[in-house]
Amino acid sequence: MKNNTIINLALSLIVISFNVHAASKVHLDHADTDISNTASLQNGAKLFMNYCSGCHAISFMRYNRIGEDLGLSDELVAENLMFAGNKLGETITTAMPEDAAAKWFGGTPPDLSLVARSKGTDWIYTYLRSFYEDESRIFGVNNSVLVNASMPDVLWSLKQGQTEANFDQNVRDITNFLDYVGEPAKLIRLKLGKWVLLFLGILFILAYLLKKEYWKDVKYGIWRPRD
Amino acid sequence: MSEQTIDLKKRRFLTKATSVVGAVGVGFVAWPFLSTMKPSAKTKAAGAPIDIDISKLEAGQLVRVLWRKKPVWIFMRDEKALDALNSDELIKSLDDPDGTGNSKNQQPSYVTSNFRSIKNKESVAVIVGVCTHLGCSPTYRPEPGAADLGGDSWPGGFYCPCHGSKFDLAGRVYAGVPAPTNLVIPPYRYVSDSLIRIGVDPEIT
Amino acid sequence: MKNKQSWIDQRFPLTKVFNEHLAEYYTPRNFNFWYFFGGLAMLMLGMQLVTGIFLTMHYKPDSAYAFASVEYIMRDVEWGWLIRYLHSAGASAFFIVIYLHMYRALLYGSYKGPRELIWILGMLLYVALMAEAFFGYVLPWGQMSFWGAQVIISLFGSVPVIGPDLLVWLLGDYAVGDAALNRFFSLHVIALPLILVVLVFLHIVALHTVGSNNPDGIEIKKNKDKDGIPKDGIPFHPYYTVKDIMGVVAFLWLLCAVVFYAPALNGYFLEHANFIEANPLKTPEHIAPLWYLTPFYSVLRAIPPMFGSQFPGVLAMGAAILILFALPWLDRSPVKSIRYRSPIYKWVLGVFVVSFIMLGWLGVQPVTPLNALLARVFTALYFAFFILMPWYTSIGKTKEVPERVTG
Repeated sequence: MKNNTIINLALSLIVISFNVHAASKVHLDHADTDISNTASLQNGAKLFMNYCSGCHAISFMRYNRIGEDLGLSDELVAENLMFAGNKLGETITTAMPEDAAAKWFGGTPPDLSLVARSKGTDWIYTYLRSFYEDESRIFGVNNSVLVNASMPDVLWSLKQGQTEANFDQNVRDITNFLDYVGEPAKLIRLKLGKWVLLFLGILFILAYLLKKEYWKDVKYGIWRPRD
Repeated sequence: MSEQTIDLKKRRFLTKATSVVGAVGVGFVAWPFLSTMKPSAKTKAAGAPIDIDISKLEAGQLVRVLWRKKPVWIFMRDEKALDALNSDELIKSLDDPDGTGNSKNQQPSYVTSNFRSIKNKESVAVIVGVCTHLGCSPTYRPEPGAADLGGDSWPGGFYCPCHGSKFDLAGRVYAGVPAPTNLVIPPYRYVSDSLIRIGVDPEIT
Repeated sequence: MKNKQSWIDQRFPLTKVFNEHLAEYYTPRNFNFWYFFGGLAMLMLGMQLVTGIFLTMHYKPDSAYAFASVEYIMRDVEWGWLIRYLHSAGASAFFIVIYLHMYRALLYGSYKGPRELIWILGMLLYVALMAEAFFGYVLPWGQMSFWGAQVIISLFGSVPVIGPDLLVWLLGDYAVGDAALNRFFSLHVIALPLILVVLVFLHIVALHTVGSNNPDGIEIKKNKDKDGIPKDGIPFHPYYTVKDIMGVVAFLWLLCAVVFYAPALNGYFLEHANFIEANPLKTPEHIAPLWYLTPFYSVLRAIPPMFGSQFPGVLAMGAAILILFALPWLDRSPVKSIRYRSPIYKWVLGVFVVSFIMLGWLGVQPVTPLNALLARVFTALYFAFFILMPWYTSIGKTKEVPERVTG
């Protein structure tokens, strides 16, 4: 009977594996970000605030949270990440007015708090490195990941005077930072997870031994003699 | 079938051990749930210190601001009002005139005992405008001699309309009213001569 | 302690209930792996209620604030992220548990007489749970919340004659919006939880009236000893309480592995599109309900529009759920457990399970000609399981059913 269930599951998996994904997607490079790399997150934070926050808000993040999580003192945060005279406890908004943005860019630059969770790190990493020259566009650039994007190639100046490997790492750092911004709790839950599972493992061993001990009654007929 | 007897000792030990570890687990689980009820980062940010410009504040004028969801009064007292705060007649009718009795926890250590403001900045008072009885916000009655508040014996102060408590112009509570303690003085500091920041103590020099 | 107990017992049947339903409630000795899931389902209901209570302390059911309030819980509320993930992973875990719980009934004929009412109450619970999950998923007010709601609610608009008016009444507006969000919140937080709790109580009362089935499908009450206790029965407490505790810990281990290491489970427990705030002007490329509702979604999509209406698809989807209610009467086998049924049944059940899983899988995929064909095939097979059941359960050779339980 157990075999029945296993056969059912195996059959389903076989049929599923034949199901070819019809939708064609743009090839995305692997971002290879490591959220435990604090130096990368710090660099990403600095780059984001310098190159991106002029137009893009990350309004679900607070400055003081970044300081706590990335090991930056209040002074460092204020010096390197805060340009608009906000307070540490405030959320990170952008000075770009919405209606002006719509006029200048043809669309409001979206809030990037959750872009890593909706589009994924591979997408961000590839997108930022996929701008190419296109005379027909308003800023002279287009993007192969997001066709006809309204965004200019803001990292162009960063790209000049850097090796490709260095630039890729900087983009990786920005992506890493956005991954963190998408879910700051990721830093905590990955750390905590192993302790929770360890604790539950110990509790399981105890519960199992307890069960085995009581069920001796049933197994050896102490509860009731097997007739 | 072999003879098997119940090993009660083992059974009791395992039951106890599992129960103890289980109880610890329940504690570990309860803690995060209860913590969610603590003030959130948003609330703490909203409770951050606020700055008030007092350069245009005149004698007798009272400004109300919200700090940590409570009304805080900032007002200017003239020479006459300050003198009246030291009068024997007033001192006799107060519950705790020097803040060492019932009201010893109502103000930070760096405010003076009689004027209840920062030393050398006596004229400006910063007081949390919440009656220490049941939380209404008292009305500002600075005019001396108000007929409904005792006539000549009223030097000016605050009157709480909910249950009739009275406070002087330093927020000290009268004896024999429902409110038990002096009004709270919040932590505050002078960022400059014209800028007060409510929510932080003065820097230690 | 004894005095306290008797003080209560004189005023409340505490000891009586404890004995009747735990210490002297006789359950078959041969429960296996498949019998963990009823208890786990109760655990999940409790967990969703508790996490839900704490989430409701911070969530704002207003379309302008809902999405932000969820992120507020994830970031600004201390430990809020854990409560949220327990609730979202918990919903999916609840359905995994329920599907396995229902599968047990199919394996061992637990829906057959005299347990038909337990099955009916269980089915009502299943329908209520699907409604609860649907309303719950709308609350974060992401793109999938909004558009999933739009699509499913518009099905009500396809009802002939009264459809459009019914739709407006349900939504409190002409389309999904703030009015709908607020009432879905009320249904999700109060109405359906109350219904679920009452139905669970009735479900267990019905169960305890008849006694549990078991993997051999035989009635243990047919063989009692001189004290009137079933020979193959053991008291639920302490044997199954201690076994269920073990099962609960193992289950929590798996749940925590997901919550701490992969809470969104790559889009299956928390969909990617739902991390974008609802936008009535922009439909996502690909709308799909959460995985646990997809089998029925597939059936809905499999039926093409007829006579200019999508209603036949709606009827088929409804029929796919309702036909489950009829199971006790469709099954004509003299034998309950798959262990003693004819080999035909094993194959048929296998086809049914594969069809159900495939319909679920197809429900998450975009519609292509191949997928549409497969959906129709598996829909036909799904219904065939039920419609042909009176026939294939009457034929074939069953094995001899033992008098007493085996292993």
